[in-house]
Parts: sequence; C-alpha cells; structure tokens
Amino acid sequence: MTDFLLELRSEEIPARMQAKARDDLAKLFTAELAKAGIATSALVTYATPRRLTLIARDLPLETAAVSEEVKGPKTSAPPQALEGFLRKTGLTREQLVDRGGTLFAVTEKPGRATAAVLAEAIPAIIRAFPWPKSMRWGDASASTESLRWVRPLQGIVALLGEEIVPFEIAGIESGAATLGHRFHHPYQITIGGAHDYVEKLRACHVIVDQDERATLIRDHAREAALQAGLELIDDEGLVAENAGLTEWPIPLLGQFDPAFLDVPPEVIQLTARVNQKYFVCRSADGTLANAFVCTANIAAHDGGAKIVEGNRKVLAARLSDAKFFYDTDLKVPLEEQAEKLEKIVFHEKLGTLADKVDRVAKLARWLVEEGIILPGTGRGTSEAGGGGAPRSAAPAENPLHPQPMADGPPPLAGEELADLAERAARLAKADLVTGMVGEFPELQGLMGGYYAAAQGEHPAVAAAIRDHYKPVGQGDDVPTDPVTVAVSLADKLDTLVAFFYGGMPPTGSKDPFALRRAALGVLELLTRNKLRLGLWQAIYRSMTGFTDQRCSSEMPDAAIEEHQASIKRAFDTLPDFFADRLKVQQREAGVRHDLIDAVFALGGEDDLVRLLARVHALQAFVITEDGKNLLAGYKRAANILKKEAPSAPSPPKGEGRGEGRGEGLPSSAAPGTAPHPDPLPGGEREKMLSYTPEPAEAALMTALDSAEPRATAAIAAEDFAAAMAALASLRAPIDAFFDSVIVNDADPAKRSARLALLERVRAAVHNVADFSKIEG
Amino acid sequence: MTQPLKKPLSFQRMILTLHDYWSEHGCLILQPYDMEMGAGTFHTATTLRALGPKPWNAAFVQPCRRPTDGRYGENPNRLQHYYQYQVILKPSPANLQELYLGSLAAIGIDMLKHDIRFVEDDWESPTLGAWGLGWEVWCDGMEVTQFTYFQQMGGFDMKPVAGELTYGLERLAMYIQDKDSVYDLAFNDAGVTYGEVFLENEQEMSKWNFEVADTDSLFEQFRKHVAECENSLSHKLPIPAYEQAIKASHVFNLLQARGVISVAERQAYMGRVRDLAKGACAAWMDKHGWAA
Repeated sequence: MTDFLLELRSEEIPARMQAKARDDLAKLFTAELAKAGIATSALVTYATPRRLTLIARDLPLETAAVSEEVKGPKTSAPPQALEGFLRKTGLTREQLVDRGGTLFAVTEKPGRATAAVLAEAIPAIIRAFPWPKSMRWGDASASTESLRWVRPLQGIVALLGEEIVPFEIAGIESGAATLGHRFHHPYQITIGGAHDYVEKLRACHVIVDQDERATLIRDHAREAALQAGLELIDDEGLVAENAGLTEWPIPLLGQFDPAFLDVPPEVIQLTARVNQKYFVCRSADGTLANAFVCTANIAAHDGGAKIVEGNRKVLAARLSDAKFFYDTDLKVPLEEQAEKLEKIVFHEKLGTLADKVDRVAKLARWLVEEGIILPGTGRGTSEAGGGGAPRSAAPAENPLHPQPMADGPPPLAGEELADLAERAARLAKADLVTGMVGEFPELQGLMGGYYAAAQGEHPAVAAAIRDHYKPVGQGDDVPTDPVTVAVSLADKLDTLVAFFYGGMPPTGSKDPFALRRAALGVLELLTRNKLRLGLWQAIYRSMTGFTDQRCSSEMPDAAIEEHQASIKRAFDTLPDFFADRLKVQQREAGVRHDLIDAVFALGGEDDLVRLLARVHALQAFVITEDGKNLLAGYKRAANILKKEAPSAPSPPKGEGRGEGRGEGLPSSAAPGTAPHPDPLPGGEREKMLSYTPEPAEAALMTALDSAEPRATAAIAAEDFAAAMAALASLRAPIDAFFDSVIVNDADPAKRSARLALLERVRAAVHNVADFSKIEG
Repeated sequence: MTQPLKKPLSFQRMILTLHDYWSEHGCLILQPYDMEMGAGTFHTATTLRALGPKPWNAAFVQPCRRPTDGRYGENPNRLQHYYQYQVILKPSPANLQELYLGSLAAIGIDMLKHDIRFVEDDWESPTLGAWGLGWEVWCDGMEVTQFTYFQQMGGFDMKPVAGELTYGLERLAMYIQDKDSVYDLAFNDAGVTYGEVFLENEQEMSKWNFEVADTDSLFEQFRKHVAECENSLSHKLPIPAYEQAIKASHVFNLLQARGVISVAERQAYMGRVRDLAKGACAAWMDKHGWAA
C-alpha cells in the first residue's frame, strides 16, 4: 500500500470554480481507477488559485489479476454463430472453453502496476475534466483539438509513494517539482510525496488547504474588526471567494472617509463586496462603519501599510463615484426623471417606457378600485371571475391587511390606496434614468425607494418603488404591502401582456424578456396574498391600456386590423402560458402533476386562488381510503361507459373552454356548474324508469340525489374538502352496485338506465375534478 | 521603511519604459489607430491580426473613448478619453504571466510590497463577436490590466490563441506616482500635469457627449456607417468595412451617452455592429484564404 499525490498546477483558477473542481477530480479519479479494478478510499482534495491537488491514501502497488469470461454460442449453434464469436474475440476454436454445451472465451488478465494504471488514468482525467469554461493556449492552439483547461496548465506533480508516475500531456511531463507562492517563493521545490506536500508548500508560503485558508480569513478578519472596535459583517460567500483568490491570505483593515456614509449602506456594501471583495463592518450602534477588510495574498514587508492605502484609494474612488451619482440624483425630483422615460424605448414594437409606466399606473389603480387589492380587512367583493360562484367563505387570513404597530398608521382608505398605487407606479421606473442605477443596475428599485423617501413621498409609495420588482425568481420575498402588490402585479401583467401582444413569447430555452419569471411573480403575488383576480379580466383590462395608447380614429384600417390580430394572439396564448407556469410552480412545490391535470381539465377557472384550493383539497383527498376507493369506483364506471356506450358524452368540459385549446385557463365560466348529462332531477328520473330498480341500484340513486346537491353547494362555497367528502359518500353504494347489478342487462331499457346512472356518477365526480386524469 | 529615492516614472516615461520592455521582448511598437474607439482591442493590430495562423507580436498605445464614462473632469479617475497600453502576442507564449509581471517590475512596482492578483474576468466583446478567458489584474485592489487569452474573434475560433494585455495607463501612473487624482499626474518630468493637457478636453467632451450631441444626426450617421460597411463588404474590402464598423460602434456609444437607446433596443444596435464587425472579419479571413 502506498499514497499517491497529484498536483495540477495552472495559471489562476477562478475562485468560484475551485470547489466543484475538487469534487470532479475525486469523482473522475475514483471512476478511472475503478475501471482498472482499484478501489479508492480516503481521497483528499485541495484547491488554491494555482493548483488542484488530490491525495489518495493506501493504493495497492498493483492491481489484482482478473479472469474475464465472455459467453459465446452453444456448441450446437450453426457454424456462422461460432465464426462470428471467434472474429469478435480474436480467438481460435481450440482456445474456447466448453462448459455444458456452451462455449466461453476466457481471458486471463494479469495484475498491472498501479503506476502504469495511473500513467494512463491521469491524462484521461485531464482530458475529460468538466470545467464550466475552458480554453486553449500557446503554440498547440493552432489546432482546435488542443488540450483545454480552465487556464493554461503549467506543471504536474504525480508521485506514487516517492516515485514519479511518468506521463506527458500537451507537452507537460509529470515530475516531482512545483512552485511556491508566486511572489514569496517563485522557485522550484521538489516534493517527496504525499507525506510532505502540504508542509513543504507551507514553508514556501502556500497554504494548500482551502478550509484552513477560509478559517484563517474568517478569524483574522473578525479579529481585525474587533481591534478597531467594530463588528465584522459576516459573509461566508466572501470568505470562500477570498480563500479562492489567495495562497497566503492576510486580512487587513482599512478605513474610508466617513463622509461617504451619506450614501445608502446597501450601495457601500454592494460596491465593497462585488467590486472589491471587501468585508464591511458595523459600529457598536449597528450602523455601517467607515471601515473595510480586504484580504491580501502576501505578507508585505511593511506590514501591509501600502496595500491598505492602495485599497482605501480604490474604494474611495468607487465611493466617490457612487456619492457623485447619489448627490446628483437627489437634486432631480423623480417626476422629472420619469419624464425622460419618454425617450427610452421599452421595446421597438411596444413603445416607450413612459408608455409602459402610464399603462401600469392605470392598471395598478384599477386593481385597487375593482377591490382586487384592498387596504384593510376582507377582500375583493367584485366578481373577479366574471360570473364565478358566490363567495361566502372569507379566507382565514388576509396578508394584505396591514398589521400596524400600536402607534402605527391606520389602514388606508380605498381611494387613498388607489391614489398611492398610481403615484408609486408613475414613479417606479424613474430611477432607471438616474446615475446610480446606470452605474449599478442591480440597485434598480432600491434607489428609487431612497429618492422617493428623500423627496417626502408617502412611506408606502417609497416602499412600493423599492420592492415592485419582487419577487425576482423563486425564493425571493413576495410583497404583501398593498401599494407594493398593486404596482408589482400591474408591472408584471403589463410586461406579459405587452410581449404576448407583440408576438414575442418565450420559445424553448429562450426567454430574453424573462417572461417566465414575470408569470411566476404574478402567481406568487396572487397566491401569497390570496388575491381574487380573474386572469381573463385582468388580461383584458391590461390590453385596454394598449388599445387606448395605440388606437385613434384616424388609424388606417390595416393598422387597426393588425392591432386586433395582436390582441387576439395574446388572448389565444397568454392564458395557456399562465397555466403552464402554474403547473410548473405546483409541480416544483411537490403537487402531483396528474392532480393538477385533473383540475385543469375541468376548464372554466381563471381564479388561481380558487383553482389551487381545489388542487390542494384533491391532493389531500386522493390519498385517503375514501379517495382511493372512489377513484377505483369511478374508473370502473368510466371503463364500462367507454366500452358500452362509446357514443356517450366525453368527460364534461367547462362551457368557456375554447375550441382546440389545450388545458389552459379558459374564459370565465362558472366552475361549479359543469354541464350535467341529464337535466332531470334524480327523483323525476326514477319515476320514469320502466322497471323496478334493484336495491343496490336504488341505493346508488338515493346516494347521488343526496351527494350531488351537497357537492354543488360546497363547491359554490369554495369548500372543496366538503365537496369531496360528499362524493366520498358515493363510494359504498358504487361498490355495492358493481357487486350486485349487471349493467349490460339483456333488457335494453335496464341497460340504458344503468348506463345513465353510471354517467351520473361520472358527472358528479367531475364536479370536483376530472378523475380520468388521476393515475393509480 | 523608506521609499527608494528614485523618482517615480512620469506618464510619458512609463509609456516609453513599456515600449522599451515590449520591444526587447520582440514586439513591433505600433502607433495608435487614428479613429475613435472604445478599447485598444478595436485596433486592427488586435482584431484583424489576431485572426489567422501567422505569428504576430505588437504593442501600442491606443486612446480610448467611452462617452458614458465622462464626468465633466470632476471625478478623480473617470474619464471619457483615456489611454490603454495594448500588447498582443500570438501564439500566446508559455511564460506570458511572467513576461507581464516583468513589465510591472520595469515600471517600478514592488511585488512584495504591493498585492498583485489575477482575478477571474472572462472578457467578451459583443460588438466584436469576440471572447476570451483571463483575469483582471489587481494591484492593491485596483484593476490595472486586463489579461486575456482570446478564444474567438469575429465569431472565428483562434488558431492559434493570442494573448492580450491591456494596461490602464492612467490608473497605473496614479499608482506609481501615488496620486489621488488623474489630473495631478506628472505627464513629464518638467512639471506638466495630466490635467493641464486633458482637463479642458474632459469638461467639453463630457458636456457634448451627454448634453449637446445632435441625436438625429447621430442616428443618421449610424445608418450611413452601416450602409458604407455593407458597401465595402460587397467590394471585398475588409479593412474599410471594419473601419465603418468601428465608426458605427462609436456613434452607438454616443447615442448611449445621450440616453436615447433603451435596454431592449441596445441589444438590437449591438447586434447590428457585431454583424458588421463579424462580416469584416469573415471578409479578412476569406481574403487570406484562411478556413474558419
């Protein structure tokens, strides 16, 4: 047994790639050695900016001899089969072994020296290495087939025990020599083996172990802050990044001019972290301090004084740029900035940003005026779905209800909320033309919030400007303040409607306008805040904004036609897009896709909150005994109907379901009133029977008579759990019916009556969800 | 610790030192390209010469114009007109990092007192259809050089790869001379400052770039350069076509400074310039009979 050391030395490896590179190196090494029959355990990997290292402990000196067998044809097989096998194996008939009438090719593979295995494995690993980005370099790059590495590969140490494992790749020969720290020890050092690698390098100012460097940076940075009477603002990302940028890390504290603290702390922290990779500190009172901690890669002769001074200057330059922008921006009211949006094209087909702002402002006001977003308790009273079911049950909580502190402001009145929402929307994009956002685009919104507060806007307006881009992607905070929700929702809806109107939906992996993210944002805003918004109505309303801006009486017919075609296109495609995003969102949240399909298949629902309530109730129901049995009974009924009455109506669809459309969110239609195959009430129907029903048949009818209205009422009250409980009462009668009643009776009257009964069962179940979509 | 008594290099002496250094290391010392451009990379000695199999080693100063970086002469280190020192070495030598560090030593940077770092920065020029991997080189946290191994230019794979070093001359000089403002730099050793040479230029050009330049005229110019580039390409003249692409690129930068191009439109304009530059590169490859 012996240890193997591999060091791949290159020009500086990006910090962010080092951790994965260590994992990949271990994985590839394990796989390559496994191929040769060598099991590896106890692998250690290290990464510094200039080296990627692996130490494998306790490798055998040679691999075990193995005997490989390949099964061939039977001795009785035709001669062609034998010939083929001999060709494949390269053996003669005499060399094959006959075991019970079957021929085998047996190859004895002697053990190999591990060094020889490694000499082949390492170049293979290097060639196959999955760097996220790799490059060619040097003379060899005259061919595009030349070796690729993350940055030019400079040297390889490969030692098994104390012996060099000899190989060559891309002109680099493996050896025992490496280099120390780039500046402290830029000379060759000879490594003895895995046992002295780490310490020899340490002696040459290289700490090989990234975790040791990280600990050192974390501790010394905190210590440096502490000595200045400050508290370091922890940032593990920065610790790891600085560990990936240094071989000999020395954290150093410096201070900047306190005058820069006028600039918002987010700006200072952002520029220090992103641009300079500095930590920042907090004073005893919790506010940002005028200090930074940078991490040098050398132990400077002067203790780092020059380095700190240099870094201070760089930060000062960056902060003075930021302060210049901030002070300049503060002099211009946001209204005035917003006027410049007239000159900025939102998209060449879709007008200017000022146009967009105007649409968003009107839509935000409408969302409040329609009662979709309310200032206080309760929720919207309008029929958002356009004729949806009555709403008797109030939701348990309304996150939009502000929770003022004891002395906080009272909830806004409706009219005031509408004014604030419109005001916030009109100012929300103004910071895009400010100097600060021009310089730091990631500060959009945040800066607008600061500028709004500075010019004395209502706090809710400033907050809405600040947060209206949220949620940005999954996991981001979802706004709950009503003014913010109004602006955020209106902005995203407008963007979606705009690009679908313009015929630019995402295709495949291409989503240049981040429309999927916008749609997800809408969904999260609606569900988080339990907003009762009929999507169709909202899309329609949003579209009106376009019509108002684009159409006039002098418009040529062709332009009007094009506008109308664009509107139709948006209506034809956007609801399906929302439906798809909702499915993705729910699937990612762990909801079974077949249950989502089962509810979507009903159609007729564009109130997402209600739709999701149904999905979630169904999810809870199908895993219960009742649910499983009802599903089984349903499937049996559906199968018989399919077999016996192929002409029977297919599963019901919502009236509003557009023809030829997928399972989108169709136009508004009452979701609780799926068409019934038989218009007659149950009691009437029984009287019309030409025969006396069997007991189980009669029992099922009675059960349906009772369950149907209960389910319908529960659905109308949006109590989907109760609706499903009502259906569950059908389970026993259905089972009994199938046990004792023959559907396919010789009497055509009985047969048709019983098929109608099963149709009733299916229809009743479809009130809740299309169970035919449910798996299992 | 006392500073060496040797006086730090003036701005012009630093340039001459770099010229000497790279001349000794086999580079042609070229002069700036006589057109407005955003970076030394736009010089034909970089873009066009980087293409194809022929070895090419050159160094030159290139004035750069970045209208949006103007600060009316009020920011100590932001300028709309500044100088880059550009070195291009094809194929990239195996010891390029050492050569580069040697040049820093030559202009007086003590690397045991100053923290030199190679920080990942993947360079990409959408307008040139070019990209490469490399670093921004930091000296005590200040980016002083862009260090790139070109992988593609004008959409073509580099065969072989060229190494490109782009030094920010003003920044380096501020460093070496220990000045807080670019305008205080000693331009020469006889007391002339950088501010005396360029402050007025920054003030006037900033005003023009941001406030005065006639945008209708600029839009018109953009269209004309595009047309002229296409005209040149139709006559199989890659160099004139490339010049028109550079001109269009600069006009686009001016339009950006005037704030009349939206984020969405920006992509379209850049795509336009990229197509022109790529067309010129393709014509250049074609003319020399080099396969893509």
